[in-house]
Amino acid sequence: MTILASKPGAAATAEREDDLLAVENLRVAFGGTEVVKGISFGIRPGRCLAIVGESGSGKSVTARTLVGLTGSGASVRADRLELGPTDLRHVGERSWRGIRGSEIGFVLQDALVSLDQLRRVGDEVGEPLKLHGWGDRGSRAERVVELLDAVGVPEPELRARQRPYELSGGLRQRALIASAIALDPPLLIADEPTTALDVTVQAQVLDLLAASKERGTAIILISHDLSVVARLADEVAVMRHGEIVEHGPTAEVLRAPRHEYTRALIAAVPSEHTRGTRLVAGSTSVPRTRRPIDRGRPLLEARHLTKVFRGPDGVDRTVVDDVSFEVFAGETVGIVGESGSGKTTTARIALALLGAEGGEVRLRGNPWSTLSDRDRRPLRSRVGVVYQDPLSSFDPRWPVGRILADALTRGPTPPSSKEESLDRIVRLLEQVGLGRQHVETGPLRLSGGQRQRVAIARALAPEPELIVCDEPVSALDVSVQAQVLDLFTDLQDELGVTYLFISHDLGVIHHLSDRVLVMKDGRVVERGTADDIFLRPQDEYTQRLLTALPRLEQATRGQG
Amino acid sequence: MSALTLPARPAIRFDLRARPGTVLALLVVAFLVLAALVPGLLTHRSPTAIDLQNNLAHPSWSHPFGTDDAGRDLYTRVVYGARESLGIGLGATALAMAVAILLGFTAGLAGGWVDVVITRALEVVFAFPVLLLALLLISIRGPSVGTVIVAVGLGSAPGYARMVRGQVRSVRQSGYVEAAGALGHRRTTVIRRHLFPNAIRPLVAVMTLGVGQSIVWASGLAFLGLGVSPPSSEWGALLDAGRQYITTSWWLEILPGLVIVLVALAVTSLGRTLQHRLEGAAR
Repeated sequence: MTILASKPGAAATAEREDDLLAVENLRVAFGGTEVVKGISFGIRPGRCLAIVGESGSGKSVTARTLVGLTGSGASVRADRLELGPTDLRHVGERSWRGIRGSEIGFVLQDALVSLDQLRRVGDEVGEPLKLHGWGDRGSRAERVVELLDAVGVPEPELRARQRPYELSGGLRQRALIASAIALDPPLLIADEPTTALDVTVQAQVLDLLAASKERGTAIILISHDLSVVARLADEVAVMRHGEIVEHGPTAEVLRAPRHEYTRALIAAVPSEHTRGTRLVAGSTSVPRTRRPIDRGRPLLEARHLTKVFRGPDGVDRTVVDDVSFEVFAGETVGIVGESGSGKTTTARIALALLGAEGGEVRLRGNPWSTLSDRDRRPLRSRVGVVYQDPLSSFDPRWPVGRILADALTRGPTPPSSKEESLDRIVRLLEQVGLGRQHVETGPLRLSGGQRQRVAIARALAPEPELIVCDEPVSALDVSVQAQVLDLFTDLQDELGVTYLFISHDLGVIHHLSDRVLVMKDGRVVERGTADDIFLRPQDEYTQRLLTALPRLEQATRGQG
Repeated sequence: MSALTLPARPAIRFDLRARPGTVLALLVVAFLVLAALVPGLLTHRSPTAIDLQNNLAHPSWSHPFGTDDAGRDLYTRVVYGARESLGIGLGATALAMAVAILLGFTAGLAGGWVDVVITRALEVVFAFPVLLLALLLISIRGPSVGTVIVAVGLGSAPGYARMVRGQVRSVRQSGYVEAAGALGHRRTTVIRRHLFPNAIRPLVAVMTLGVGQSIVWASGLAFLGLGVSPPSSEWGALLDAGRQYITTSWWLEILPGLVIVLVALAVTSLGRTLQHRLEGAAR
């Protein structure tokens, strides 16, 4: 990493006047609708400011405005918008091109769509060098390899010749960062740089950004994830509805939030501390009243499941390798693992939506996975499912009422009349926190959280004994996620539902699960009660996962 | 038209004030339908009333499109020709769709060798221009309205069939089809309730486009003397009949030609609008 010269003037004692970037009263509007409503902030070299907010808070628009990419039709106004001596308010498109890359580096969220699939990684990374007339072809190629090496891409010469789709998500994100820091810009803006990444890869990317910061780069980190922020940021600005509601040193904001919204956001993050309680602010003190778990005969029993997929190269890959587990009535079993660990495939085998090459799933001691489709069909209603993306699991032509009516007919006591059906639909909707007014609504017109509520209602409708949840909260904002997680626990307390809960999010799994399976490369590497796994992990991989996991407490080290 | 019989879901409702082009297209199509159903409302003359005293008359107030070599009012003939032209357009498209849905669903649902055979066969047919296929058929069966419908319909079916197959395969892998299976619905129920309507939905717009195209193709065939032949006032036949007077009586070619262009434009523009709305609504 020594190739990147450290910057002069990274003195931590700089005054506000020494801000590298100064923003005062920034307003951005699209066609009369103001999405950023007069925010002010500044950042000094070698510091990291995190702008945190949920979808629609205006944080990404802010980031784009800072690099002159707000988009056509936007009106940008500010009392002050200065990068060093440059007034960014009066910069034309031509000059912006000179600034981007050399003065401000921009790291986007999704490296797969941000990198041109048809160009070599090396050309993409070297693009800013070329645009700014840095060196000649030969020295640029060398520099690209140096940069890739610096961001921790193994075999940089080889990778530079590959195309983006040949690289893993983590490597692509690193290549994108390499491109952003190619010209060693004094300011780096990272918009959700780790959102699509597994936690171990996320940790590496965060370390990379931290190293950049050490060398004097100022970083503006845009994120929805408070834990990620805790790991990297010196200051946090919390945005909501286009306004900064709270701004201060990271430890202070996360430990002693002053604004009610910040408090709610922090309380909503699921973790070991939230176990057995509700997440939505104001109700955290109320402990759950669990129904007893029946530890007799398991409700679902998976024995030595093995699934082999043939890859496009004709090579067989074992994606689920000798996986066994049981789920008892009334409990929540969590399966946690990174992408490619085989957790979703395991869930699909448990649902008998996918056949297995080896092993068997039994339901209440009776055959389940070995049944013929015809014999299994009447039993299907005993196992419900909630997917990650509820919208794609609804027929786009059907309103909510029809979706639920259809599911009700599959239960043990299908409604005998239209009136009864409607009554039960309304009752289901009320159970998941919706109401009669949603019966006629199409799923497209619901919010993400409401859609997942409908999906849960559909899963509940045929009165299943087990609900398999595959990443059901991964696509939701943290405060909505908190509401939906609360709904899951409430339903378990009220109805005694059993969950097989799949998630990549260790916090969610710890918050919710009674027992946990940790999967890696198709195998269960560790199993036990949630507290055993998270507080006393035995397996080396589990320990690595937990070390990599960014936590809110990291910002409050040394504090009670 | 199919555009008007869709369920009035908010997402695909037309905002008429915002799109004057759409209003114009709707007006043209409305006139077309009126002409096809009750031509007597749009003209008081008969399309076959011969007036040799007044043949090849220039367009005027009494004969807005002029008259042909037998003194028949060209405007009236165009109005009466709408039924045949629209009929051919709709008939050919309906036939194409029926064949396409049958083949597309069979290939998409069956998979395996059935899929391979159908797909390859479609590709072979696809390799020939539609007009060439139509010529082949007409040379076997001789020109008539029925033959033109079959020729244009079968000629355009492979393109639609490939589209249907693609739709079926993508809907088959959709979350809601899996969700319906997970609820324990029969395969036939899932196909009937989810797969069929959702795979067909995007075709509504394409079908509208197809009607315009079929009218143009049928006119082209007639112009070549291979479609509906002259005593009929099908638009292509009008063009064919007027061809010999093109140097002296321009209106015999230009005015029916313009009508064909206008109708094709209107139907196509409606189809496009519909397509945008449907795609916008689907995601």
